[in-house]
Amino acid sequence: MSTATVDVGHGNMVSNTLTIARRNLLHIKATPEQLVEMSIQPLMFLVLFVYVFGGAIAGSSKEYLQFALPGILVQSVAFLPFTTALALNTDFQRGVIDRFRSLPMARSSVIGGRILADGVRIVWSVLIITGFAMLLGFRFGGGAAGAVGALALVTAFGLAMCWPMAFIGITARTTESVNTWGFMIILPLTFASSAFVPVETMPGWLQPIANANPVTAAIDAARGLMLGGPVARPVIESLIWLAAIVAVFAPLAIARYRRRV
Amino acid sequence: MTSAIETEGLAKSFGTTRALGGIDMVAREGTVFGLLGPNGAGKTTAIRVLSTLLRPDEGRAAVGGYDVARNPEKVRALIGLTGQYAAVDELLSGNENLFMLGRLLGVRPREARRRATELLEAFDLADAATKLVKTYSGGMRRRLDLAASLVGRPRYLYLDEPTTGLDPRSRLELWAMIRSLVADGTTVLLTTQYLEEADRLADEIVVIDHGRVIAAGTPQQLKTRVGGLVLQAQPADQADLPAVEGILSSFDREGDGVYNDGQLVMVRIDDRSAIGQAFRRLDEADIAVDDLSLRRPSLDEVFLAVTGHVADGDELDDRAGVDESADERRKA
Repeated sequence: MSTATVDVGHGNMVSNTLTIARRNLLHIKATPEQLVEMSIQPLMFLVLFVYVFGGAIAGSSKEYLQFALPGILVQSVAFLPFTTALALNTDFQRGVIDRFRSLPMARSSVIGGRILADGVRIVWSVLIITGFAMLLGFRFGGGAAGAVGALALVTAFGLAMCWPMAFIGITARTTESVNTWGFMIILPLTFASSAFVPVETMPGWLQPIANANPVTAAIDAARGLMLGGPVARPVIESLIWLAAIVAVFAPLAIARYRRRV
Repeated sequence: MTSAIETEGLAKSFGTTRALGGIDMVAREGTVFGLLGPNGAGKTTAIRVLSTLLRPDEGRAAVGGYDVARNPEKVRALIGLTGQYAAVDELLSGNENLFMLGRLLGVRPREARRRATELLEAFDLADAATKLVKTYSGGMRRRLDLAASLVGRPRYLYLDEPTTGLDPRSRLELWAMIRSLVADGTTVLLTTQYLEEADRLADEIVVIDHGRVIAAGTPQQLKTRVGGLVLQAQPADQADLPAVEGILSSFDREGDGVYNDGQLVMVRIDDRSAIGQAFRRLDEADIAVDDLSLRRPSLDEVFLAVTGHVADGDELDDRAGVDESADERRKA
């Protein structure tokens, strides 16, 4: 072994975060099923929902595609942060986090790099789903600004959801419990919302729940921006929700990260 | 001689379990310091405190002069950690693992690539450099793990049970690598369950049990304290056990008595010529044996000698004596 010295620099947060994000994205190469999960799976959802339920819910698949795309986008980005939870959990279990924590690097970069990588996955999914929906006949009705705004909002929603999922991934002891908790939270949130049917068609007791659901706020905002319609209230509401989710779960996740041994 | 790693009254509890109950130790610069004990003795907890992953409840620990609780960043810049389980990323290649660590340490990309290549060659992993780690064998993973802890050229290297679960050949290879690192000036803190490993590698050893130091000294001092060698015989016919016991008991110089486990008869001896005499006397008595061998005391026996009780770690076994016994058998 050569004896040339290596300068060990002190943790540079930006550089460390990018390195961790790159590492997480390289995992996609090693596990192609991740690529299926972030590309094919949402398209399958889109096709199934639109062509199976479209006729019954909206009278035609074409009409339903217009209605359901914002919902399917938000649902997809709500499920993607499962990777945040599962990957952080696995890193803890395998001792990879111990290695990171024993290095003179910025500690925040482990979670930061994870969420940055998941942000890339979210953007990828959003673009694939939207592109495919346009091939199927989806048309934006809110102009270019509305389209860009909607996709940005959906992406921001997915990024915000990474924090509660990071919290679950760091807190849970096993992969199984990550799955259980994740589904228990994400599934009702995405279905008891305006994603697939108008809230007015739900039973009376469910309507206030669906209306108070942050997923409904995000979907209504995205729908307004994508199709043209009232946007001010749902956009403000969903931005408040996003800020609240991050404000609550980012400190919780970071505290758990520091304390987990 | 300066102290590289120093602890004073180091204590750590998890709930009601006292993992470390006040550990004092001093490892000198440029040496191998062995932390020997059964599973659950507190070895890993000690390593985790010394690598800033855990904060001690009481006492203090300093690495390279820096307090682990007050200056964790300084300590992290000096150490390399190899975990009990290989903490390498299975979904990256060996090369990507080392490159990533170099980048995390603030090394420029070109230099990080060069260092990764250099380490992969040094650890005989060049052929597998671009393969995913999940396809590596246990020995390859352990070598990569060791390489990973060396990316930043640490002054202090912690090896937490580096050879547990390795086959004998990989274990010997790893020992050779550790020796060459020490020759280059690295200070090594080694934890192990194997007396033989501590014996072969460490300049000084502390034996810990239930979070407390129960013995300390050079391997030579410890072995003298435990008693030189164990002579063991296994008769082909179990009916000969009493006769074998009778013959071996005449070599019992310390009055410890003979131990008979129903298959094997063992006795502690000082003088290795006993094996020749035992061989002749068994032959004269016309007793056929499947095994007659000399071995070093196992960790069990160290514990028995030092504490007066058998270590109650969950996975403690006799493996410490196995290799030695094979060696002696060939000689005999």
